[in-house]
Amino acid sequence: MTTPATPATPATPGTPAAPLSPVAQAFEKAASEQRAAVVGYLPAGFPSVDGAITAAVAMAESGVDVLEIGLPYSDPLIDGPVIQEAVHAALTNGTHVGDVLRTVEAATAAGVPTLVMTYWNPIDHYGVAAFARDLAAAGGAGLITPDLPPEEAGPWIEASDRYGLDRVFLVAPSSTRERIQTVTAVCRGFVYAASLMGITGTRATVSDQAAGLVSKVRDYTRLPVAVGLGVRDGAQAAQVAGFADGVIVGTAFVQRLLNAPSPDEGIAAVRALAADLAAGARAGSQAAHASPAAPSPAASPAAAANPAAAAGS
Amino acid sequence: MTTTGHPGHQTQTGNQSVPDATGHFGIYGGSFAPEALTAALDELTEQYLAAQADPEFQAELARLLRDYAGRPTLITEVPRFAAEAGGGRVFLKREDLAHTGSHKINNVLGQALLTRRMGKTRVIAETGAGQHGVATATACALFGLDCVVYMGEEDTRRQALNVSRMRMLGAEVVPVRSGSQTLKDAMNEAFRDWVASVDNTHYCIGSVGGPHPFPMMVRDFQRIIGVEAREQLLAQVGRLPDAVVACVGGGSNAIGIFHAFVPDTGVQLIGCEAGGEGPEPGRNAATLSSGSAGVLHGMRTFLLQDDEGQTLPTHSISAGLDYPGVGPEHVWLRETGRASYRAITDAQALDGFSVLCRTEGIIPALESSHALAGALQLGRELGPDGLLLVNLSGRGDKDVATVSERLGLL
Repeated sequence: MTTPATPATPATPGTPAAPLSPVAQAFEKAASEQRAAVVGYLPAGFPSVDGAITAAVAMAESGVDVLEIGLPYSDPLIDGPVIQEAVHAALTNGTHVGDVLRTVEAATAAGVPTLVMTYWNPIDHYGVAAFARDLAAAGGAGLITPDLPPEEAGPWIEASDRYGLDRVFLVAPSSTRERIQTVTAVCRGFVYAASLMGITGTRATVSDQAAGLVSKVRDYTRLPVAVGLGVRDGAQAAQVAGFADGVIVGTAFVQRLLNAPSPDEGIAAVRALAADLAAGARAGSQAAHASPAAPSPAASPAAAANPAAAAGS
Repeated sequence: MTTTGHPGHQTQTGNQSVPDATGHFGIYGGSFAPEALTAALDELTEQYLAAQADPEFQAELARLLRDYAGRPTLITEVPRFAAEAGGGRVFLKREDLAHTGSHKINNVLGQALLTRRMGKTRVIAETGAGQHGVATATACALFGLDCVVYMGEEDTRRQALNVSRMRMLGAEVVPVRSGSQTLKDAMNEAFRDWVASVDNTHYCIGSVGGPHPFPMMVRDFQRIIGVEAREQLLAQVGRLPDAVVACVGGGSNAIGIFHAFVPDTGVQLIGCEAGGEGPEPGRNAATLSSGSAGVLHGMRTFLLQDDEGQTLPTHSISAGLDYPGVGPEHVWLRETGRASYRAITDAQALDGFSVLCRTEGIIPALESSHALAGALQLGRELGPDGLLLVNLSGRGDKDVATVSERLGLL
């Protein structure tokens, strides 16, 4: 591990002169190739620490642009049954914070900027500044914090400035314009737009609230906007790519690992999904550029025709 | 420090007043909720503050508390119990005599009125012992609201009577099989429901925990316990008690009876936590005695957690106290030195339970039995000149099976 570079002055989000973070660069690269970025989530420690590392590297090699490594937590308040099961298994296997950092290090080494997705208490308990220091030392790109509102984030904002880390906060369909302004003002890297009101898990169709939310977010920030919650396949990724800069997929990856009869088949399924999502993210984005007036350029007939196919979450 | 809410309802200690405008009690409390809930929490705060200032809302709540819940509840002097507790005088605040059998009805009637005011049609709740679930199901029946109660599967077994009561009242009871299958997991599941249903659903939190405004709002709806008891005691005895004793899980009955006495600095405020089978991690639910600061269920508070911030399993003979957190105002009351907290073991609580049954003919809830055990200790500490006020927060029908098994009464 290397000593983290400490900027002499805090990076200011939104300032044109600020150097782009690795995550922002990944979004920029995807945009320059006329495609949405694919952001993939996996919890550390599932099915084992090394198994998760293998899966994360497979995702990086198969089309995922940005990785989110989940820090397993005992009370995953906004996760559905699939991620709950994986996280529970990870904790039962004895996954520790050190394992999460090791996973981040390995994923980053595979060439993909890697964020940690975490409920706030484990970070609070570790010590915000200490965690930022150790995450930066592991090569991590920053944090996604689903239960930390900007109002309570003072110490994290300070620590992320000090260690040059991204901080991704969430906006939701229920967020008021005032809230969107408050949240996006402190985001760095990208803005996480929750596509629907609910917990993590795949859905049969992409929520019709997502496009409107992304459009509202764009009134307040030039940061990339990625859409998460409910996306399960390439067809849905294509739909999202029609209006967003990134597609976030978690449960569908975890489900592949849960369903696999063997570890090797799990990795193969993860690779296939990553490739499917990447193809969808490219097709949807290019269709949108070709006909910007079309509201839903890559609507998924398969998903729309078969709402009962919603995966078990 | 800025303040919100009805000025008379702020907790005053010296020149401090809590919570602040964003729900902080010192460094505790606040709001650590997912963004999806922020708009609903803001609306709830706004509507609650408007309701507090609305004489019609207050009159309707006062009418319900009087004509439906049976307030004011009595205070009862218990001399035969007091003889076992150092020979001073002991008074019980009889929340067990409120409709549905516990103090939980006070809060639920307030939140049901707010639900109607916000135009929502569905109420969800978490419950441990089932007392809050029964109270919520009751208020929903009264107001014609849909009701879903989340309850840990282990708790549905040990508090089966209350599961039946909720279902009779028309509520759907959802057993929660995740995690430790107790109150914390029921609360997780209720939050998961709420994130998806917040448009038409109010989450009626039963304790003084959760994100702002819940700790403030639930306290305000429960503070009537102490307001009444203080007046009743002054009228009957002519002086304030030496100590006020209550059990603490999340801490709503304790805040309820403490709050009116906070400015009376000569009155000790004593909270009795679930000491379970002893101080070993995982064998108790004594958050203030054995925990440390952290964030859970939308609030910064004290938690029982391991060295990486994972919530520890808890144990208590009493389902209502079997929770790894505590309301943030209790942490603040302790840090400012205004209240103190002690752990009462399962065995001590059973002793408190038995003594009250046999000396006074009152069967208390196992939760409240922790306060009774604390009163037995404190009474002996204070001696024959002592005057104790104990919150008898609920009645014990629901615990008959548990106690019969533990004491070999079957």
